[in-house]
Amino acid sequence: MNELALSDLQTALPELWLAVAGMALLMLGVFTSNRATRLIVGLAILVFIVAGVLVNTGRAGTAFDGLIIDDTFGAFMKTLILIGSGLTLVMSLGYIRREGMERFEFPVLIVFATLGMFVMVSANDLMSLYIGLEMQSLALYVCAAFQRDSLRSTEAGLKYFVLGAVASGMLLYGASMVYGFTGTTSFTALAAELGNGSDISLGVVVGLVFIAAGLAFKVSAVPFHMWTPDVYEGAPSPVTAFFSIAPKVAAVALLIRVLTGPFGGLFAEWQQIVFLLAVASMLLGAFGAIAQTNIKRLMAYSSIGHVGYILVGLAAGTAEGINGIAIYLATYIAMGIGAWGCILAMRRQQRMVEDISDLAGLSRSNPGLAAAFAIFMFSMAGIPPLAGFFGKFYVFLAAVNAGLYTLAVIGVLTSAVGAFYYIRIVKVMYFDEAGDAFDRPVGRELSWVIGIAAAFTLLFFVYTGPVLDGADAASRSLGIVAGGEAQTAALE
Amino acid sequence: MILQTLAFYLFAAVLLASAVMVIASRNPVHSVLFLILAFFNAAALFVLIGAEFLAMILVVVYVGAVAVLFLFVVMMLDINLTELRQGFLQYLPVGALIGLVLVIELIMVLGGWQLSPELAAMAQTPTAAMSEYSNTAQLGQVLYTRYAFLFQGAGIVLLIAMMGAIVLTLRHRDVKRQKIARQVATKPGDTIEIRKIRPGEGV
Repeated sequence: MNELALSDLQTALPELWLAVAGMALLMLGVFTSNRATRLIVGLAILVFIVAGVLVNTGRAGTAFDGLIIDDTFGAFMKTLILIGSGLTLVMSLGYIRREGMERFEFPVLIVFATLGMFVMVSANDLMSLYIGLEMQSLALYVCAAFQRDSLRSTEAGLKYFVLGAVASGMLLYGASMVYGFTGTTSFTALAAELGNGSDISLGVVVGLVFIAAGLAFKVSAVPFHMWTPDVYEGAPSPVTAFFSIAPKVAAVALLIRVLTGPFGGLFAEWQQIVFLLAVASMLLGAFGAIAQTNIKRLMAYSSIGHVGYILVGLAAGTAEGINGIAIYLATYIAMGIGAWGCILAMRRQQRMVEDISDLAGLSRSNPGLAAAFAIFMFSMAGIPPLAGFFGKFYVFLAAVNAGLYTLAVIGVLTSAVGAFYYIRIVKVMYFDEAGDAFDRPVGRELSWVIGIAAAFTLLFFVYTGPVLDGADAASRSLGIVAGGEAQTAALE
Repeated sequence: MILQTLAFYLFAAVLLASAVMVIASRNPVHSVLFLILAFFNAAALFVLIGAEFLAMILVVVYVGAVAVLFLFVVMMLDINLTELRQGFLQYLPVGALIGLVLVIELIMVLGGWQLSPELAAMAQTPTAAMSEYSNTAQLGQVLYTRYAFLFQGAGIVLLIAMMGAIVLTLRHRDVKRQKIARQVATKPGDTIEIRKIRPGEGV
């Protein structure tokens, strides 16, 4: 096929919509200058809602000669990304007004970053993978340095940019190795070429290792996590909230698609990598967070730990594991948005405060906020019946069923360590000597977001249907040949 | 054919000579100018093997953008080359060793070069003569059809990069702008005041 067909455009409709809408918003911003920032943020949220409808009614299949693919897995992940991006924008409304970030480029950059994540999620070729990844990363680098007069923000942006460029270089090097040894970049052709992984040259494995390393950087798995705490601390808070939610989903989805799709036959090779990444991330996420005093740094280590648990599901290599990851991501988004909403509400005398000790006595000065924050912290620790428990439960169950007992045991142990620092925050809020109260009111949009996220986290177990069904359909649509099941059968 | 061979040796010789001059010349500005000359000769070599699109891109991108940028930087920075050169002899053995290793590697790679039998068979299948199509048109045909999605995606990446540069650097300072209408409408009385000053007294 060498001609563009209408069906191609239909398949790529969500991406096209985001691209065109992003450019339209950019034009609107340029002509109204910074007066219409609030309007543009509102319009960007509207754009995300329309994109959500398009994603879930779209035409499935591959498009542009197999460059991109649209399936149930992609639709599920894209919906999560849209929820993450949209709610971050809602939360940031108050912040950008107060902190002098009221520039129209911010929502436009978020729209373009979301577009990049869409391309990542639906990539079916190493080239579209790279384009999507760069589109997303470039927008994020700029967002990290958005408060250009703040030394910490610019430092975060520069650090993220330099390390991100190195990761992109590694990924490209791996992709070039894979292309050189197989003669194709298409995921479909690669899967056919590599077959069941027997009789493949060492070059492909080296390429796979480099690609996995590049992607591990993007999900901030240990040992490619160095940038995370610094960038999370330095970037403006709404941007950090955005970093820890939507791009994580996109990068995890991309990692799943690359490893189970074209490299599905090389399961034995990449399982070791993912195993190691998972163990290291869980351990560092748990122990690194203990000594933190800054809440944003603590959340950075917490997100590294969460990535570790997510990778446990991937190491299982079964559809069940992917199912667990999908559920984990859905609950992680709710907890993440809620927790970051609470952090954005931490203001005292018109200034953001970021220390954990600043939370002391919150239960008396603002009981509602303290209760919501406590719910999110308990949920992140994985205490039943809150939403976070289900994510961990399904992921560990998949690991046990795939015979990865070591991984499951380490996971449970590190969760227990993690529970220490999550519950410490609850202790500070409820039992420590009260300091000055935070500014009231918190802000209408922010309290709505926190309320909805808290309700979802608290009541998830009552009505799990939509998330579980969606995750199930998403994981089955990948059509994993179950390298893990074969492996497990061999073990037994 | 002899003309082409002559042209090849001419361009190749100038290319190598100017490449040597890039690292040998004393003045950094001369270095950049020699670099531009090297780019032009490489482009001419591309034209000789029929890759005219690559040749034009080389001139447009490297000469038009990269080399000019170099020139800017070199002229703005105050580099003292004699200081930079001081360690040259000291590092020469290491550099020569690395160069030798690279040469051996190249010989090994090119010496072990083999074409697979399928490729030899493919070379026998007739394709249209080079003169019948231009590689610019061929590139355009895949770029705007098969890879249209990636091409547009790359465009968006560049747009984001441009936005980023503007967001992070552009500052709207209070610039005093020229208002022509006001200038024209100004009367002499608005700007000049005539006073009579008696001798022996100040203003």
